[in-house]
Amino acid sequence: MLNLSRNEKIAHAIIYFLLIALTLAFLIPFIIVFSTSFISDVEFARRGGYVLYPEAFSSGAYDILFGRSKVILNAYGVTLFRVVVGTGFNLAFTITMAYALAKKDLPGRVPLTIFVFITMVFSGGLIPRFLLVDALGLRNTLWSMIYPGLINAWNMLIMRNFFMSLPDELFDAAIVDGASPPTVLLRIVLPLSMPVIATIGLFYAVWHWNSWFDAAIYIDRSNLKPMQIILRSLLETTNMQGLEELAFIEDPPPAASLRSALIIVSTVPVLFIYPFVQRYFVKGIMIGGIKG
Amino acid sequence: MPQPVSPAGTVKDSKYRRLLKRMWFYRFYYLLALPGILYFIIFHYIPMFGIVIAFKDISPFGGVVGIIEAPWVGLKHFNRFFNSIFFWDVIENTVVISGLKIIFGFPAPIVFALMLNEVTRLKFKRFVQTVSYLPHFISWVVTTGLVTALLATSGGLVTEILNNMTGERWTFLTNPDQFRGILTLSHVWKTVGWSSILYLAAMAAIDPALYEAAAIDGANRFQMARYITIPSIAFVITILFIFEIGNLLDAGFEQILLLYSPAVYSVSDIIDTYVYREGLLGLKYSFAAAVGLFKGVMAFLFLIAANTLANRLGQPGLW
Repeated sequence: MLNLSRNEKIAHAIIYFLLIALTLAFLIPFIIVFSTSFISDVEFARRGGYVLYPEAFSSGAYDILFGRSKVILNAYGVTLFRVVVGTGFNLAFTITMAYALAKKDLPGRVPLTIFVFITMVFSGGLIPRFLLVDALGLRNTLWSMIYPGLINAWNMLIMRNFFMSLPDELFDAAIVDGASPPTVLLRIVLPLSMPVIATIGLFYAVWHWNSWFDAAIYIDRSNLKPMQIILRSLLETTNMQGLEELAFIEDPPPAASLRSALIIVSTVPVLFIYPFVQRYFVKGIMIGGIKG
Repeated sequence: MPQPVSPAGTVKDSKYRRLLKRMWFYRFYYLLALPGILYFIIFHYIPMFGIVIAFKDISPFGGVVGIIEAPWVGLKHFNRFFNSIFFWDVIENTVVISGLKIIFGFPAPIVFALMLNEVTRLKFKRFVQTVSYLPHFISWVVTTGLVTALLATSGGLVTEILNNMTGERWTFLTNPDQFRGILTLSHVWKTVGWSSILYLAAMAAIDPALYEAAAIDGANRFQMARYITIPSIAFVITILFIFEIGNLLDAGFEQILLLYSPAVYSVSDIIDTYVYREGLLGLKYSFAAAVGLFKGVMAFLFLIAANTLANRLGQPGLW
């Protein structure tokens, strides 16, 4: 046990107090939207807006989101497509390139790494990128949310550094045993790399789940809009644009509670998963911190 | 008579052949790299060359042919931007907002990590850490939605409470005096926990013997933090600070785009949001591309300067 002086004890008390206050500051906004998502029309009219706790629970907002609005389920579907297919593509492209660039005596390895690195420090900017996606005919397709971000250069370099850290003997032994390069990759390298693949895969998956801007500029067709777009359009307007069909519902729940419910619905999967996978993320940051 | 071959030529020739042989030996790896190379060419290098539109006058509906056939106009768009009434506003907003985020957002995770480092109850420490990572996993759309729930002019929880307490009408999100503060605060809220990871890792790597020796010498916890912990993480602080400076022109595009409104353009319109509005909403592609190119070149110079500084200080920079 630590022997603390009186001053140190006071300091510790202050630190604990500040950390508890900070923890509350992280949580309270979520508590507010969670509570507000349950308030009814009547309560909303009386209390005038967002609340810290509801006086009575009304599930009206959720009934509408899931029961009567196809928009939400469709948007969920688009987001799931992005996350699953998009992350799969990300990993396939990232792993293959990282594995090639990790081969220490591959002729041209250094120029290729510089070729990737240049894209990290200079970009053509928003307008040329937008015109390119337009010219390729990707606008208003699901692929406009997948192809432009296929490889994140930073993630690729993290993975390359990991592959480079694998011992050479591993490869030599396999090749002596007559394994071909594809066999070495599939049978030896990939199984050994599962932790880093999970980490990078999660980076990509969260990025896909949370992406808003690319869909905002590339997608106009309402049936291709992901969750974040629907959420945004509902959050920024008072007249429920983006959920036009809600306008025909009798006694709609208050706007604040619909918005809150949508925030909860689009955040809950992340909230439940991240405490269990955060150690992978932390690991990813660590590997990224090591320069190669 | 045999053809005379210069010895130099032989060497060169066989060197070349040996390289080809080695490349053939590694053919599988080039095949693996190929899709990635194509991706970077198509989605990164073609847009880089696409900046030629900044020196042309392209029509919004001309397509690729329109871009090729468009007339060259030299630096017209750059001159227009430099002489426009928005130029200094946009530059000022970018640098000031970015600067505010550095001044408050940079020390925050260091202080947070130092506080967590003093916590001896491991379960409590782990809980606080996990909760502090939460905002990192939330999209900016949701984050700005939460800001609105608290600060919306009508119905925002904090706004309503303050209205009732003071009898005045509070307008946070449309008030030019408060908007930059909101941007800074929500930035700190979203990043403080996650940014503390590298500092905590550096602290975990400190040899416990140092603390034990200090304790025997009669040092208290403040002295340990001051003379052991902080010097031990100084290199992480330096390197991360330099890269904050290198990214000075990225003031937080998505956050601002989602939170600002015409009422606060004067204090929050940054280069990126200006490019977006002029280009994608106003369809002035060439002009917006010129502004974007200006930012790209400036950001590149900043990064080089930051990296040179890092190397001068004996730190391994980005390269």
